[in-house]
Amino acid sequence: MIDHLPALQVVLPLLAAPLLLFMVRWPTLAWAFTTAVAWATFFVAALLLEQVWGGAVISYAHGGWEPPFGIEYRVDTVNAFVLLIIAGISAIVMPFARDSVEQEVDSNRIAWFYSAFLLANAGLLGIAITGDAFNIFVFFEISAIASYALIAMGRDRRALLSSFNYLIMGTIGTTFLLIGIGFMYMMTGTLNLADLAERLPEVRDTTTIRAAFAFIAVGVSLKLALFPLHLWLPNAYTYAPSMVTVFLSATATKVAIYVLLRFFYSVFGAEFSFGELPMDHVLMPLALLGILLPSIVAIFQDDVKRMLAYSSVAQVGYIILGISFATTLGLTASMLHLFNHAITKAALFMALGAIVYQIGGTQLTRMAGIARDMPWTMAAFVIGGLSLIGVPLTAGFITKWYLLLAALDSGYWPIAVFLLATSLLAVIYIWRVVEVAYFRERPADAPVVSEAPLALLLPTWTLALASILFGIYTALPVGAASRAATILMGGY
Amino acid sequence: MEWLGLFNYWVVVVLMMTGFYVVIAQGNLIKKIVGLNIFQTSVFIFYISLSKLEGGTAPIYVEGITAYSNPLPHVLILTAIVVGVALTAVGLALAVRIHEAYGSIEEDEIQAQDEEDARNT
Repeated sequence: MIDHLPALQVVLPLLAAPLLLFMVRWPTLAWAFTTAVAWATFFVAALLLEQVWGGAVISYAHGGWEPPFGIEYRVDTVNAFVLLIIAGISAIVMPFARDSVEQEVDSNRIAWFYSAFLLANAGLLGIAITGDAFNIFVFFEISAIASYALIAMGRDRRALLSSFNYLIMGTIGTTFLLIGIGFMYMMTGTLNLADLAERLPEVRDTTTIRAAFAFIAVGVSLKLALFPLHLWLPNAYTYAPSMVTVFLSATATKVAIYVLLRFFYSVFGAEFSFGELPMDHVLMPLALLGILLPSIVAIFQDDVKRMLAYSSVAQVGYIILGISFATTLGLTASMLHLFNHAITKAALFMALGAIVYQIGGTQLTRMAGIARDMPWTMAAFVIGGLSLIGVPLTAGFITKWYLLLAALDSGYWPIAVFLLATSLLAVIYIWRVVEVAYFRERPADAPVVSEAPLALLLPTWTLALASILFGIYTALPVGAASRAATILMGGY
Repeated sequence: MEWLGLFNYWVVVVLMMTGFYVVIAQGNLIKKIVGLNIFQTSVFIFYISLSKLEGGTAPIYVEGITAYSNPLPHVLILTAIVVGVALTAVGLALAVRIHEAYGSIEEDEIQAQDEEDARNT
């Protein structure tokens, strides 16, 4: 059993997804079943991380075909950490999902909805766990196709077009990845990532491999919403059902970032990506612009959900900035932000989900004075907001601190100043919401609202408290992130 | 005449750019999906072309034959074709639902309706 954990990690949600179609008539049963599967997957991810914590690498040969000939699942601290983030968020979002999904999705579609959710989950876990380049492409598409369906389930008709646009952009991204993998296969005759890393140095001074690198970099950047390739993201997050936004914002872009790291550091090697090719000089300006411009755009949004979506683009910028330093410290900051931002953003979107549940929308004008009627929900939102800004004693502070250290360590002191300045932009957009929710009068004609049900509040608060907990007790995230960074810098 | 030997790859480049251009330039959602299909098909041809060995035969063991074409890219592309079909299906399903909701599949008309909605609320 324990030997087959890597396979179970993906197979469990993948096989559970079609079973849900037998439960179309019993939405609550479908929910309970999905919850059980999500928690079992989380348990598997935790066991895997525990096994590789000391630096061990688990290699799992699918169907007994030894790598590099068969498909290999390969778990080290880097992807075990990413697996834990995905599985953890999907486990915590499930208790929240029950009421939220029941309200936002037609009851005869709920089982289909959870089926798509498990497929998306399986796809994302598969991307993270696999050690095979073509497998990454396939899992990318599994998770992407399921996500398009999930986003299109939003109540607003604009969800349909945002899903369609995401489909077009996402497919271009994954097809670029496919072309890049083809070029690499052409030159090396292998698809196994570890094997590729071994064979690439011989042929890497060719145009073909440089073209492969370029296609993979652009394709994956589209999937991770690197500025200016982020155009699909704000609409998709805004109009998707609340639970989908929570899940995707915390996991989908994070996994794409992991793939970028894997290719840049493990497969091509840091020396090639950042030494021979100037990826640091390409990524850094994009990251800086990607932090600055979406943060400014976020300030002018009238819909809070959309505002947070733009903030997500900015947060991707912070993660890419850490990568562009090409140092162990910078990578630690990036890996750490993968974790901390997942928790923080999920808490914020959950709080918004609770507000949608009670008042039906997240336009700022409708949220006037809402904190008086929904004090617990708004308090969780404020905690998440503080962590997003990077106030001390929150998880967000830890990442900003490591990013600052990494910037100073590499001698980029203007970037350190820039980081502090852009945190102020986050203060502005979070404050706008706080000001409206706490200090405005509730309009006289506004419907009477009560606090969100406990089933929505508990997961929201779990994550809000987690973002404080991991700001004080940093052994798990910092330990995992620094181990992961060391492994990545060391190559495969 | 060396470029003629790379004929397949030229076809791939032309198809890829055609598909990519259609995806970007067309405002009609169905045409966008058609463009996306052409774009993906070019990649399929690329994979199949790189597996061909001059004078090679199908990879079935026969006495006296030493040169075989590589079967692996074919298998990969079978998977990629399935993925492409699934994507097309989801894309078309979305186009149908968009038509139900807006009465149009032209991007500019849909955007105009959305802007009008935004002004009315």
